[in-house]
Amino acid sequence: MRTWKWVVGGGAALAVILIAATTAAAPRQGAGSAVIRRGEYLVTIGGCNDCHTPWKMGPKGPENDTSRLLSGHPQDVDLGATPKLPPGPWTTNVSGTFTAWSGPWGVSFTANLTPDPETGLGKWTLQNFMETMRTGRHMGRGRPIMPPMPWANYAKMTDGDLKATFAYLRNIPPITNRVPDPIPPEAGGTRAEGATPGGEPPRAPQAGTGSAGSGSEPPPQTGK
Amino acid sequence: MVGSRPGAGGRPRRAFASTALAAAAAAALITIGDAAGAQRLSPARRPPARLADTGLYSDFASRTVDPRNIPFAPQYPLWSDGASKRRWIFLPPGSAIDARDPEEWKFPVGTKFWKEFSWSRRVETRYLERTAEGWRYAAYAWREDESDAVLADEGGVLTTQEVAPGRRHTIPSVADCINCHRGGRAEILGFGALQLSPDRDPLAPHREPLDPGMPTLPTLVERRLVRGLPRELVERPPRIAASTPAGRAAMGYLHANCSICHDSAGPVASLGLDLRHRLDARTAADEPGARAIGRASKFQIPGVPRGKSVWIDPGAPATSAVLMRMASRDPNVQMPPLGTHVVDEEAVGLVREWIEQELAPGTTAPRASRP
Repeated sequence: MRTWKWVVGGGAALAVILIAATTAAAPRQGAGSAVIRRGEYLVTIGGCNDCHTPWKMGPKGPENDTSRLLSGHPQDVDLGATPKLPPGPWTTNVSGTFTAWSGPWGVSFTANLTPDPETGLGKWTLQNFMETMRTGRHMGRGRPIMPPMPWANYAKMTDGDLKATFAYLRNIPPITNRVPDPIPPEAGGTRAEGATPGGEPPRAPQAGTGSAGSGSEPPPQTGK
Repeated sequence: MVGSRPGAGGRPRRAFASTALAAAAAAALITIGDAAGAQRLSPARRPPARLADTGLYSDFASRTVDPRNIPFAPQYPLWSDGASKRRWIFLPPGSAIDARDPEEWKFPVGTKFWKEFSWSRRVETRYLERTAEGWRYAAYAWREDESDAVLADEGGVLTTQEVAPGRRHTIPSVADCINCHRGGRAEILGFGALQLSPDRDPLAPHREPLDPGMPTLPTLVERRLVRGLPRELVERPPRIAASTPAGRAAMGYLHANCSICHDSAGPVASLGLDLRHRLDARTAADEPGARAIGRASKFQIPGVPRGKSVWIDPGAPATSAVLMRMASRDPNVQMPPLGTHVVDEEAVGLVREWIEQELAPGTTAPRASRP
C-alpha cells in the first residue's frame, strides 16, 4: 500500500512537472497557439499586410514581400521628392511599396509592427497597443496616428481580438527597420484647428444670441 | 498584461509600487474596454450639470468660493498656453491624505479638486472628484459672458478663446484627461510633496505667488490634513537637486510638465525617458532628467543622421530632441503631445540655457554636484 502511495504521488509530481515544462515552452506573453492563430487570422483579414508589409513585384504582379513581414516602410527605399498633385479631386499619392502615403496631412510611413525592440514594437506592452488602437494616439497618449491608418475601425475590435492581434505580432520575426517619422505638410497645407483623432470637437455653449461658431479656422502654423 | 518595470535601483517600497502599478494598469485596461473617453460611472454618479452644484462656491451669484475649499499653488505650474489658473482642494471634514508613500499620495473618498483657467475671462473650470469607484473627471465650460459654467461635452469643446493668432483653446475630452492623469503612477499631478514644498524655486517658469492661506507641506502636516508623511520631508523640504539655479528650474519644469508620462513606471516607461524627480535625490546625478543626457532618441531630429538623435545633447540645444519638441507645436512633433497650442517660450529659453551653459559638450553626466 505504501509503495502505491509513492508511485501515485511520484506520478502526479511528474505530471505537474511535465505540464509546467510544456507551458513554459509556450509562446511569449503566455498566449496559447490558438490565440496566436486567431491573431494571425485577424491580421490577415484586417488588411494589416496591405500597408505594413512592403509590396514587391513578383512573377504574377505585385505581392507582399514576406521576408519583410509587417516591418513597415523599408528604411532603404529612396522616395525622392514628394510628388505634388494639382488642385482637384485627386488628393493622395502612394509609393509602389504601399508603405508611404502623401496627402493633405503630409507624408506618413507605415510602422514597423514586428517585435524588434529598437525599431519595432518590441518594448510595447499590451496596454500600449490597445490604447493606441482605441485612442488613435501613439501609445495611447502621444502624437496622433496618421492617415490613412484606419485605427478608428480597429478601435471597435473586442478586447479579446485586440489581445490576439498583439499576441500574433509578438510572435512574428523581429526585423530591424527604422521607419522615418511623418513629414508635415508644406506651408499652406491643411490641418483642422483643434482637431483631435476622431474628429472636430463640439462648439462651446454660446451666451444668449451670440453668433454661433462659423466657418473653419485658418490652418495652424506648422513646426517652429 | 503589464510591461515589466525597469530596474528601480533598489528604491524602497518597490513591491508596494509594483502592486499599485499592476492595480492601476488593470484599472486602465478595464476603462479602455469602453469607448475611448467613457468613464465607468453609474448614471447616479455622473458629474453635476453645473459648476455651481459641485460645491466650489458658497454663493455662486457673487462667485464667492466656499472657505472650506483650500486654494493652493504648485511651485512648478503646468504650461497652459498662458492661462491664469486658480486651484482649490476640498477634503471631507475629519479626513486626511495618506502620504506614507510620499511619491504617491492617497486621497480620501470625497476629495475634490477644481482648476479654473482664465485668459481675458474665465473659460473653463476642471473638476476631479474622488469617488468610491475612483476619480471622475469633468470640465465646465464658462459662457462667454461668464453667467454660468455648464458641464462640457465628454468629447471636448473648441472654445472661442483665442490663445494665439488663429489658435483657440480646446477644453479637453475626458479621454484626454485620462491620457495625462493616468499617464504615470499618481492621478493627482499638482498636489504633492515637491510641488507644495516651502522651498519654492524663484526661477520656475510662469511661477505663481504663494498667497496667504495657501498650504505648504509643513502647514498641511500641522493641520493634520496630510498624515504619514516621513518626518524628513518636513525637516528637509523637497527640492530639485541641481548644481546651478538654472538647472534646478529646468529640471523642475521638466518634472512638472513631462514626468506625468515620462517616468520609470506607467504606460510609457518602456521609452526609457525618466524625467521625474525623486524625493530622495541629493545630487544632480540623482535627478533623472540629468540621465537623459546623451541618450538615444527614437524621434528623428531633422538634419541629424538617422538613428543618431539624442534626447539632450550637452552644449548643443539645436540637436536636443527634448528641447526641439518643446519648441514646436506641430501636432506630430510637440511635447507635451496634448493640451497646448502655444510654445512655452520662457521654459524653452530656460532649458536651452541649461543645455548650452551648464552641460559641457561631450559629457554624459552632470558636472560636480552642489556641496
